[in-house]
Amino acid sequence: MLIKKPTDILASEITPRDSYLRRREFLRQAAALGLAGTMLPGGAFSQTAAPVTQQGKLPKLPGKPSALSVTEKPTPYKDVVTYNNYYEFGTDKSEPAENAHKLRTRPWSVAIEGEVKNKKPIDVEELLKLAPMEERIYRMRCVEGWSMVIPWVGYPLAELIKRAEPTSKAKFVAFTTATQPENMVGLRLPVLEWPYVEGLRIDEAMHPLAILGFGLYGEILPNQNGAPVRLVVPWKYGFKSIKSIVRITFTETMPKTSWNVAAAHEYGFYSNVNPSVDHPRWSQATERRIGEDGFFQPKRKTLMFNGYADQVAKLYTGMDLKKFF
Amino acid sequence: MAWTPRPSQVAWIKAGLFALCLVPLARLVYGAFARSLGANPIETITRSTGWWTLFLLLATLSVTPVRRWMNANWLLKLRRMLGLFAFFYASVHFMTFVWFDHWFDVAEILKDVVKRPFVTVGFAAYLLLLPLALTSTNSMVRRLGRNWQRLHRLVYVIAVLGVVHFWWLVKRDVTEPLAFALALAALLGIRLAWKAREARINPQPRLQQ
Repeated sequence: MLIKKPTDILASEITPRDSYLRRREFLRQAAALGLAGTMLPGGAFSQTAAPVTQQGKLPKLPGKPSALSVTEKPTPYKDVVTYNNYYEFGTDKSEPAENAHKLRTRPWSVAIEGEVKNKKPIDVEELLKLAPMEERIYRMRCVEGWSMVIPWVGYPLAELIKRAEPTSKAKFVAFTTATQPENMVGLRLPVLEWPYVEGLRIDEAMHPLAILGFGLYGEILPNQNGAPVRLVVPWKYGFKSIKSIVRITFTETMPKTSWNVAAAHEYGFYSNVNPSVDHPRWSQATERRIGEDGFFQPKRKTLMFNGYADQVAKLYTGMDLKKFF
Repeated sequence: MAWTPRPSQVAWIKAGLFALCLVPLARLVYGAFARSLGANPIETITRSTGWWTLFLLLATLSVTPVRRWMNANWLLKLRRMLGLFAFFYASVHFMTFVWFDHWFDVAEILKDVVKRPFVTVGFAAYLLLLPLALTSTNSMVRRLGRNWQRLHRLVYVIAVLGVVHFWWLVKRDVTEPLAFALALAALLGIRLAWKAREARINPQPRLQQ
């Protein structure tokens, strides 16, 4: 089991504290799993390696367990794939699951544009093989006040950025979602400006926690969750983790992002999870964990940077997070 | 002249309407046990009870226009039940806020009411509904006399607050609040038109001095 360590970051900083303290136990378990895997026929290996069992009926996409995963109980698969915000397929949270089967996910290629040396577009088949798949079990906090724990499969966004070779002018990265008017009923209503655009600062995009997601629960992504490739930035509100990416643009200036354009006073460019900065219309201090908090359990407290403060807080040193919300 | 049911028939119609008004509640209770309210059942309950409150408020406000158009005065006998069911669903809606959103934390509830305009208007609408529900009995109607009608004109304010409450809480897609707003505008507009016509046909001399 090889855990990559970025040279400039201490392992104690990038790993959740409790996982770090239990690292020997983790390594022992990982080694045991690996050992067990080698003794099994090839086909079984992937299932042994992935601690989260397959739940749906989609093609398998296993990923190696990651030290960056949280240990909380994953949200049931059924909830993860039926409760979605994907406005291109309708604004009701049950609509994406009903309508997204129409999304055409092949052929699919991602355009690379802007301040980069390598502007060659990348086909999704190539993208799938660009780096080894990892399973990253992350918390996901929606700006609406609910949260999930999702076992994603993907690899660091940094891998793709390195391939694109950004120039020194590349300060931001913008992502664009596909527009398929014949397949996406939501595009008929000007609820947001289409296509959907999201963005990150380049150092945020290079952070090891930021991943390109290709699967969840050991399978390829269901369309409503952003197939074939999406962003997952666990310390930011869910809408930053853009789905079904067709273009990545490196820019010198801060890109205009969809929700920010729609309501700048409500949705900032950064949109880091922050319990002390309320949405103008509702509190962000607490959240309801889907599948857990409900009738007989109060909502839980939202954590700064969605609980990833140890890893990401230093990206924002010296910034007034009330101003740059 | 429109059809007018006999008293026994009115009783049946009322019973039917009562059962009908319970259907949204029954669906929620069934869904809660069958676990068919989706991934976020509390949100489903909150939204559903809020939606039915508004629907029943508008239904209550529709009774008079429909009665006048169809010349069917007996419809008035259904109005109180519709209004009380609006109050009932508003109460369940309010309970989801007190219980599931804030776990009975009074300080947090008051903070929310003061800080968040959409909660403020929703809360105000509910408070204004209380005296209407309390004065809905026959004896209260008799006791209050002319004042009863004055008091119950509050329902116009409540309906407006309710629609504003819905409008302000949606994130982006205002299709549904807009539909309610248009329906309410029509119901209030009809009344204004009547008033204007009555003033024309039957001008009341202003009191001089």
